[in-house]
Amino acid sequence: MSFTFTEDQKLLSESADRFVLDDYNFETRRKIIGQDGGFDRDNWKKFAELGWLALPIAEEYGGLGGSTVDTAVLLESFGRGLVVEPYQSCIVLGAELLQSAGNVEQKSQYLPSIAEGKTLLSFAHIEPTSRFNLCHIRTRAIKQGDCFIIDGEKAIVHNAETADYFILSARTEGDTNDEEGITLFLVPSSSSGIEMRSYPTIDGLRASEICFNSVKVDQQHVLGELNQAAEYIQKVVDRACVLLCAEAAGAMDTAVKLTVDYIKNREQFGQAIGSFQVLQHRAVEMLGAKDFSRALTYRAAGAIDQSNASERTRAVSAAKVEMGRSGKLIGQEGIQLHGGMGMTDDMPIGHFFKRLTMIDAIFGNVDFHKKRFAQII
Amino acid sequence: MAVWGSLDYLRLFKESEVMDLILKPEEEKFRDEVRAFVAENITEDIRKKTMTGFRLDKEDHESWQKKLYEKGWMAPGWPVEYGGTGWSPMQKHIFEEECAAGGAPPVIAFGVTMVAPVIMAFGSDKQKEYYLPRILKSEDWWCQGYSEPGSGSDLASLRTKAVLNGDHYIVNGQKTWTSLAQHANLMFCLVRTSDEGKRQEGISFLLVDMNQPGVTVQPIKTIDGSTEVNNVFLEDVKVPVENRVGEENKGWTYAKYLLGHERTSIAAVGRSKAQIKRLKTIASAEEHNGTALIHDQAFREKIADIEIDLLALESLVLRVLSDESAGKGPGPEASFLKIKGTEVQQGITELLIEAIGNYAHPFIPESMDKGWNEEPIGPEYASSIAPHYFNWRKASIYGGSNEIQKNIIAKAVLGF
Repeated sequence: MSFTFTEDQKLLSESADRFVLDDYNFETRRKIIGQDGGFDRDNWKKFAELGWLALPIAEEYGGLGGSTVDTAVLLESFGRGLVVEPYQSCIVLGAELLQSAGNVEQKSQYLPSIAEGKTLLSFAHIEPTSRFNLCHIRTRAIKQGDCFIIDGEKAIVHNAETADYFILSARTEGDTNDEEGITLFLVPSSSSGIEMRSYPTIDGLRASEICFNSVKVDQQHVLGELNQAAEYIQKVVDRACVLLCAEAAGAMDTAVKLTVDYIKNREQFGQAIGSFQVLQHRAVEMLGAKDFSRALTYRAAGAIDQSNASERTRAVSAAKVEMGRSGKLIGQEGIQLHGGMGMTDDMPIGHFFKRLTMIDAIFGNVDFHKKRFAQII
Repeated sequence: MAVWGSLDYLRLFKESEVMDLILKPEEEKFRDEVRAFVAENITEDIRKKTMTGFRLDKEDHESWQKKLYEKGWMAPGWPVEYGGTGWSPMQKHIFEEECAAGGAPPVIAFGVTMVAPVIMAFGSDKQKEYYLPRILKSEDWWCQGYSEPGSGSDLASLRTKAVLNGDHYIVNGQKTWTSLAQHANLMFCLVRTSDEGKRQEGISFLLVDMNQPGVTVQPIKTIDGSTEVNNVFLEDVKVPVENRVGEENKGWTYAKYLLGHERTSIAAVGRSKAQIKRLKTIASAEEHNGTALIHDQAFREKIADIEIDLLALESLVLRVLSDESAGKGPGPEASFLKIKGTEVQQGITELLIEAIGNYAHPFIPESMDKGWNEEPIGPEYASSIAPHYFNWRKASIYGGSNEIQKNIIAKAVLGF
């Protein structure tokens, strides 16, 4: 396990930081959020040109074959500017699921086009009552000749309205919470029988509630073995958790900087409020929270590609717990130290706080991952 | 009415009715009376809005306050001669708790608990005769003109200037964080009338008519998407000298008096109890692997932590109320009520957002407005919870940030 960036990672980090600094300021982001679909397609093209979309995709499918740490480096930079483009949905979840579960034919057909930015994916998995249980799947897929007929509801599907394909989990066997019996399907979003209700999320992204009403999917669109998808899903979601933590590390970094800048400049009682030790110590706590969370995140990112299941679980859950705690502390204290200004929509700090809070509330919050960790101590 | 012994507030809690104080028979009777009154006068629509943090209209507040006035319950904290109720501390506490439990909108504090005590203590007879009955009847909507862009925690540095010109002041400056100024027709306002000597000694307390040329209210959008606070710009605004409360340059003293008055309401014990009840209901509805969240030990312990804090807070509130009715001011320790009260409130919003899991994400600000009739995204109870969590971060900032409250205690109680 290495604790320093390679030369390539340094270059990647610099170019992604440069993008955020030059092309992704607070006002630009605000405009992007207001656009149709909630992100900027020109940025997506740029990501493709820069090789960022190809980063975790295997070389034989037009990718760069990067490691989880490489992707973490990129996402940390994205986090610094709260980039809203659908990297998590399309690459971290979509492409990775396709890559881990799909057959050679499927991978050759879709992955190159994903890497080029021409095909967008979205992971339709969580259901209205599933909370954080990845195996809580009620959506049913029933075999009918050469096809499957899919019925069910999916919840908080990020970037669904702009996706060309859904990677959809459905139950082909067993009961709601069973690990066995879940199958993944690649479903064109234009299929008939799909009803979508889209909305903004509180952290500036887009998501949808989706009803699948007797949606017909050809059996060649099954990804991986029938009934065995739980393991793929768990692995990919574990990696996604670490990469969300990486994004959070970037967001925390900016949130701490914004707060420190603010208290250095805001004057009350004839001096910068940052001259008061009580506030300095709180800024120090914020900085420490960020540093610990980031360190643990990279450790998990380094471990995830090589370790066994229980080591992976420990690494991932530890990182997610630490991120949840640190994100909460930094978000809440960031607002508090900004005072009333921190409450306004015009100041960036609140937007960082909201994203950090929502990263905690996806794929398991602090409590969930603490329990998961506790099961294997 | 029962005699209120000095240790009476320490009465124990019933085990069967969690969080309920043991009441004397006459107090139970009073509680039932308040409960029935709230039930009769609060519509389901308003109850729901109050409980969920959906937006209450001006009319929602006013209609409730007018009913309180008709019943004679608008100003429990006032002396009887001005229209107060003469209730015991326990009655006041029961009243707050029952109003909150029944989903009554909070009484807007700016008039009845903030400016009124100042007018009673320092205002002219004319001011008392004019404003106090109007406050009781909710005929005016007051807002508070304290903070300025450069004067938050350091309020005494305020720069909004009032220059005497014959029989009126000409006021120029900007106030900010002015809650609900969009509804207000009157503002009590701290202004600078002198630059001589100590900063605190050049401030006056004016009552400003908001409906006049030169007053501009501009909403500030907050991180939860709402616009309940405002900037208020004052340009050559005329304020008659008779609208000054008390003496010129003594405004700081009056403002401090206001801060030391009726501090128990800021603790919002009743509201927090009602929100804990709501939290438990939601945690019973949320399931993970077929088990309700309320049966999750870790989550239960977090609720327990907050309930214990709230019990401690309630006990301190009852002591302060008891001191108040014995004629003793709450003193600077009342700052603890603000600190702990807001910590408890914020703690509950944290558990609420945890409780709803994935449904913290959707954000449809319109859904919290009147007249939104679409199907909610996810469970109905979820939609306002995340915005409310973010909105409630304000509580440890407003009314003198919790850091300033600690400064007050350090200085005034511990003698640093």
